[in-house]
Amino acid sequence: MTNKIEVRDFNFYYGEFHALKGLNLAIREHAITALIGPSGCGKSTFLRCLNRMNDTIRGTRAQGEVLLDGANIYAPAVDVVELRQQVGMVFQRPNPFPQSIYDNVAFGPRVVGMAARGAELDRIVQESLEGAALWDEVKHRLRDHALDLNPGQQQRLCIARTIAVKPQVILMDEPCSALDPVATLRVEDLMRRLAAEYTIVIVTHNMQQAARASDYTGFFWLGELVEFNATETLFSTPSKPLTEAYITGRRG
Amino acid sequence: MAAANQPLDASIPPDEIAERRWGELIIEGVIRVAGISSIVIIALIFLFLLREGLPAFLDIPLRQLFGTRWYPIEEMFGLLPLLVGSLIVTVGAVAISLPLGLTTAIYLGEIAPPWLREILKPIIEVLAGIPSIVLGFLGWIALAPLIQNLGAPTGLTAFTGSLILAYMSLPTIISIAEDALYAVPKEYRDGALAIGATQWQAIWRVVLPAARPGLMIAVMLGIGRAIGETMAVMMVTGNAANIPSLGSGIFFQPVRTMTATIAAEMGEVAQGSLHYSTLFAIGIVLFLISFAINALAGRLVGVEGLRRSRGGML
Repeated sequence: MTNKIEVRDFNFYYGEFHALKGLNLAIREHAITALIGPSGCGKSTFLRCLNRMNDTIRGTRAQGEVLLDGANIYAPAVDVVELRQQVGMVFQRPNPFPQSIYDNVAFGPRVVGMAARGAELDRIVQESLEGAALWDEVKHRLRDHALDLNPGQQQRLCIARTIAVKPQVILMDEPCSALDPVATLRVEDLMRRLAAEYTIVIVTHNMQQAARASDYTGFFWLGELVEFNATETLFSTPSKPLTEAYITGRRG
Repeated sequence: MAAANQPLDASIPPDEIAERRWGELIIEGVIRVAGISSIVIIALIFLFLLREGLPAFLDIPLRQLFGTRWYPIEEMFGLLPLLVGSLIVTVGAVAISLPLGLTTAIYLGEIAPPWLREILKPIIEVLAGIPSIVLGFLGWIALAPLIQNLGAPTGLTAFTGSLILAYMSLPTIISIAEDALYAVPKEYRDGALAIGATQWQAIWRVVLPAARPGLMIAVMLGIGRAIGETMAVMMVTGNAANIPSLGSGIFFQPVRTMTATIAAEMGEVAQGSLHYSTLFAIGIVLFLISFAINALAGRLVGVEGLRRSRGGML
């Protein structure tokens, strides 16, 4: 498998605070990579560096390289808007727009100019909802308000909204933390199926989730990447004592 | 907990329990009286207006009352010129203040860096506190000559009034609209940006629709402010109770608004005369208009709209 994203000597600062320290790692294409670690360890910050969402926070600064298919996304000539069309993001709390289900999914195709209206847009909306395993539940109520869906459906709607613009990478920031166990499992199943087409990076608090749903796992501690390995290896035979202490619940 | 298994103490006599709750009852009573009294006051105002103004509706034939001539000395009480005057001035004011106010609010809420917003917002709110008479004075000595120089027959025109009114309603519109934008959760913006929307697309397609109920309220309060204002318009609109001739110059002729008419003539009428009750009749019309605007705002916004735009997220 090839590397979709390569991170080289990457540092990130909130003002004076050195949040990410000298990160080096590679994220494989069509795999699910989980990032674990205690609160405040920088895993979410790192995730948001991969599509430059941190640009929206004032006083932040990035240093080093993040290569997407070999091209540095922090190069001056990069258009962040275009970057985010390729690297989409699903957030911790489901955040569908206060509009209809249809309009939520159609938002991306409309703004990036894929399709403005008509049968082509209908097709994209249907495909995206099918891709997010939501179509059967909402196909008769596409004009209903998105906030009338339950939280699990809302999160899958957000996934549908993200894949509607055909990104290559999907970043998920604790996508299940606001969901009940059944809804969580549905999202995990969905991730597994999406991995055939997309590269997925997921931040999670939940180590069982990382263990059962990911192919690779990175363990963050105080802004550093302590260990990065195939999930099975990392959870069965961690090479660092700190990793072992964390995954067995002795530190965290 | 030690007391977990103890049954509720049934030995306390009921009136002692009631006594304990006295504080609650008093506070509840005060709040209830305050709430009801505002309704009662509004009802009283309307009844009073009705009592003084009703004779005008009864004694003057409707055709004349909504006729085109307002010559009280000749017993001609046609309200149409005044209605039209108010309408023109208000429409002009809204046409100016609405785009300006909303774009300023968008700039403050979405685009301006925080330090600039911290400076601008208090300044804008101070503008709301300038007495209208001061603005009227400014309009009279500064704005009117300017407009006359531009080629209008006189500087005291409907447009002059619109400008002053627009300036007066701007702080209200900006402040409330900015609050409405601020109340839109950041997650909506992030969600839009993370798909690859530009900042403007996120504002236009997600933030503004989500803030729509609040923006409507801002607009309605701005209109309310404009239509009810008296002193400033009285000073700068020329006070001619004519229906301006249609055409491109419609905004550049003197008009007289309903409010200005009441203020200007109330001091000179004999109490109980037909003229007197006609002025109150104008008050009734004004009251009904502002009532209609509020009702319209309520319809446009709706409870559902508020729920979805504010507390809608999870």
